[in-house]
Amino acid sequence: MSGYPLLSLAIWVPIVAGLLILAVGRDNNAGLTRVLALIGAVAGLVVTFPLYTKFDAQATVMQFVELSPWIPRFNINYHLGVDGISMPFIILNSFITVIVVLAGWQVIQYKPAQYNAAFLIMSGLFNGIFCALDGILFYVFFEASLIPMYLIIGIWGGHNRVYAAIKFFLYTLLGSLLFLIAQLYLFIYSGGSFSILDWHQMPIPMGPQIAIFMAFLVAFAVKVPMWPVHTWLPDAHPEAPTGGSIVLAAIALKLGGYAFLRFTLPIVPDASHELAWLMIALSLIAVVYIGFVALVQADMKRLVAYSSIAHMGFVTLGFFMFTPLAVEGAIVQMISHGFVAGAMFFCIGIIYDRMHTHLIADCGGIVYKMPVYAAFMMLFAMANAGLPATSGFVGEFMVILGALQVNFWVAAISATTMIVGAAYTLWMYKRVIFGPIANHHVAELTDVNKRELAILMLLAFFVLAMGVWPEPVTQIMHTSVNDLLRHVAISKLQ
Amino acid sequence: MNPYVLDLITASPEVLVLLMGCLILLFDLCVKDPSRTATFVLTQLTFIGAAVLTLFTSTGEVVYAFNGLYVDDLMGDLLKLVLYLTVIVTLFYARPYVLQRPDLRRGEFYLLVLFATLGMMVMISANHLLTIYLGIELLSLSVYALVAMNRDSVASTEAAMKYFVLGALASGLLLYGMSMVYGATGTLTIPEISDALVSNASNPTVLIFGLVFLVSGIAFKLGVVPFHMWVPDVYQGSPTAITMLIGGAPKLAAFAITMRLLVSGLLLLAPDWQGMLLILAVLSLAIGNLAAIPQTNIKRMLAYSTISHMGFVLLGIVVGVVGGDARFALNAYSSSMFYVVAYVMMSVAAFGVIILLSRAGFEADRIDDFKGLNKRSPWFAAVMMMIMFSMAGVPFFVGFFAKFSILQAVVASGQIGLAIYAVLMSLIGAFYYLRIVKIMYFDEPLDESPITAPTDLRVLLSINGVAIALFGLFPQTIMSLCAFSLLRSL
Repeated sequence: MSGYPLLSLAIWVPIVAGLLILAVGRDNNAGLTRVLALIGAVAGLVVTFPLYTKFDAQATVMQFVELSPWIPRFNINYHLGVDGISMPFIILNSFITVIVVLAGWQVIQYKPAQYNAAFLIMSGLFNGIFCALDGILFYVFFEASLIPMYLIIGIWGGHNRVYAAIKFFLYTLLGSLLFLIAQLYLFIYSGGSFSILDWHQMPIPMGPQIAIFMAFLVAFAVKVPMWPVHTWLPDAHPEAPTGGSIVLAAIALKLGGYAFLRFTLPIVPDASHELAWLMIALSLIAVVYIGFVALVQADMKRLVAYSSIAHMGFVTLGFFMFTPLAVEGAIVQMISHGFVAGAMFFCIGIIYDRMHTHLIADCGGIVYKMPVYAAFMMLFAMANAGLPATSGFVGEFMVILGALQVNFWVAAISATTMIVGAAYTLWMYKRVIFGPIANHHVAELTDVNKRELAILMLLAFFVLAMGVWPEPVTQIMHTSVNDLLRHVAISKLQ
Repeated sequence: MNPYVLDLITASPEVLVLLMGCLILLFDLCVKDPSRTATFVLTQLTFIGAAVLTLFTSTGEVVYAFNGLYVDDLMGDLLKLVLYLTVIVTLFYARPYVLQRPDLRRGEFYLLVLFATLGMMVMISANHLLTIYLGIELLSLSVYALVAMNRDSVASTEAAMKYFVLGALASGLLLYGMSMVYGATGTLTIPEISDALVSNASNPTVLIFGLVFLVSGIAFKLGVVPFHMWVPDVYQGSPTAITMLIGGAPKLAAFAITMRLLVSGLLLLAPDWQGMLLILAVLSLAIGNLAAIPQTNIKRMLAYSTISHMGFVLLGIVVGVVGGDARFALNAYSSSMFYVVAYVMMSVAAFGVIILLSRAGFEADRIDDFKGLNKRSPWFAAVMMMIMFSMAGVPFFVGFFAKFSILQAVVASGQIGLAIYAVLMSLIGAFYYLRIVKIMYFDEPLDESPITAPTDLRVLLSINGVAIALFGLFPQTIMSLCAFSLLRSL
């Protein structure tokens, strides 16, 4: 075990880098800002490597734990730690931050210092969410991360950005406020502890369990987002800048799912079993219905946003199957979706930078002008549709298999996504990439430059690697997932 | 030593401010400089001196003086220290504003602030119903005059008139309530009132009747619904420097008299006054937050926001005693105290930003005047953003922990429905704070002129903004100070 506070570094290195950029970055010196941002993002990624290399995959306890009092008045501690479930997300988040800084390199000309700083600070806050073991610490990171995203959508977004930004903020705030009340209830009920690990062990009667489950559900369902509280996402995505969309899809959507594993399942296991039917129903609606909604979208970003909701439906479905295969599949699906959806939004961003549109109707025949781009987008579209040998397949397949062990019909309905997903993704791909050259804007397109190519290759590598050999990811979470499910199987009623 | 001298030592901060007030009044007659720098400096030095005296005379014990008219305890000392700091900062912020406006640029401005502060100090340390009344009147009369100082402004005159008429009515109510309490218990000294209640020697009907009037008077001073009518008009009509004074420091004093009257004096009647305060709090949260949404004037918006903040403060006081059990009282009251301190910090900063943007002949009090502030000054846009998010209760700012501690006390009392109501109302509130951030960051500026405020205002405002973030990261110090001082005082 390393002597360095690795988790604190993962949180504070990007935040300090972001504040530094705000302090020294000037609009007339954008180059320096970008270099500093890249250094900060890479440093933030490098400090997370030891988390993987020094991680003990067999241990059932939290690792790299840091514990010091923060607000003793309310017994709130600065308590950090990771297990096999949270650790991959910290690395994913730090990696995506590097991608985002690169993706905005030449594109963002308006206030690049604030842009990069917002992303770096947000990255640190997200890392804080993934490693907080104190309820209030978690909450503080959870809610503070709304501020940079609000500004990113509102300042660098599209035409309807103000509406989207305010909707995003208020929607998610509504959920988190009820979450806060539930936490305060647990605090009082436990006799004065905000430790998530204490709450895991605490017996709670059924009535309060249901109430807490519902409060958690509102908070996390908005974040995931689950049908029917998903409507902020298709509004936020088209208006967000490319980097904002990447982070939103790759990381922000994972917070809700992660919170289900960290809070809902272990703290209120009996209510989770009792209300699993509700969660399964909502998840299946998201998978099937939202899949069809995606089919009719005219805007590429909206389409991928809806496809994200459908994919997240798979995640929540997997959690509430309570089998190791399905839960691991759901986590793999979350990580894979981070790469795939991030890559899809980056691809759409490449077109947007050149043509300032993400309407499908404005494109067509891009393959004649951008063959390299078309090839990469093919890969990511296939991954989004869940083609075997891409990362998108692994998670979905594991969840469907896990569901099959529990209930045939749930598995059968969820498996329709393989068809619908392929339909909306490939149909979009066909209309955007193939066909005759649609207009003179398409005719003037140039293929990807070196920077874009590098990002595409990096993302393509992970999409393929996870598809062919998911073992390095699944083996670190195996023990933690089994431990979690063992815990969830034990009733907390007395 | 002569007990009378001991009394004077105990009350030495008040004595100093009073003496200096009289001296500065005479001294100001000889000042020729139209900017009144000497008066300003002397006033500030007076507050620093009072702060030093307060620190040195603080014993940590409850000390009564002047036959129980006056009390010196840790709660009072802490509130007074915050009060001095608030007034000092307020005067620094107000200084450039005052200098640009001939009607305000007079020695009386500083004198009236001195006497208003003295009034607040007397309120904080009052141990006797008449002392409370004396403090309130000293504060109110000074503030009426301050509001009206901008003689040529119709809005200011109207605001002063409204404030005066309603304020006089509220004083009347309070006085009437005090006379009832006197009639029922036979004493005006707060600890003796408490003793009389314990020995059950009082007439409950008269007492409850008086309590209604007392609560009304306090509600007026706090500015909570339905006694809030003066707040928006006075906030909007007063010169911004005066609004800053009204909106900040007096809430500390109002909190102190609430504690003294209701908790120290009438704790046995808690079920009765808690019910009354609950109605006030619930209404304030709803009306304060809803009415703030359509406002176009930022001072008026902040007025409604103050109403909702005071609703939160009352929530903490409401949940102190649960079913005759006062176990959670300290937790709840100290949460309220922390909220008031945090609120004052944010409120003064918000008005400071308005003054920063204003200049001679331009008030910068329309919300649209904040448009595109991020383009004109990224740093002060960030400061204002921190204030707004803090008021909305978003972490990592001090406003979050203020709301957190109140909600924690509400949930601890078992009233989860009330807590849910409070968070839903603050969700509505978040909308109009977000709108200010939206206007500063997402819109184009209407006014491209550079910000001309002097350096000391900029530095102090920056410190104030950073403090809001810093106490949001490390709220423990103030929280435990509030809890400790209440523990040693009540």
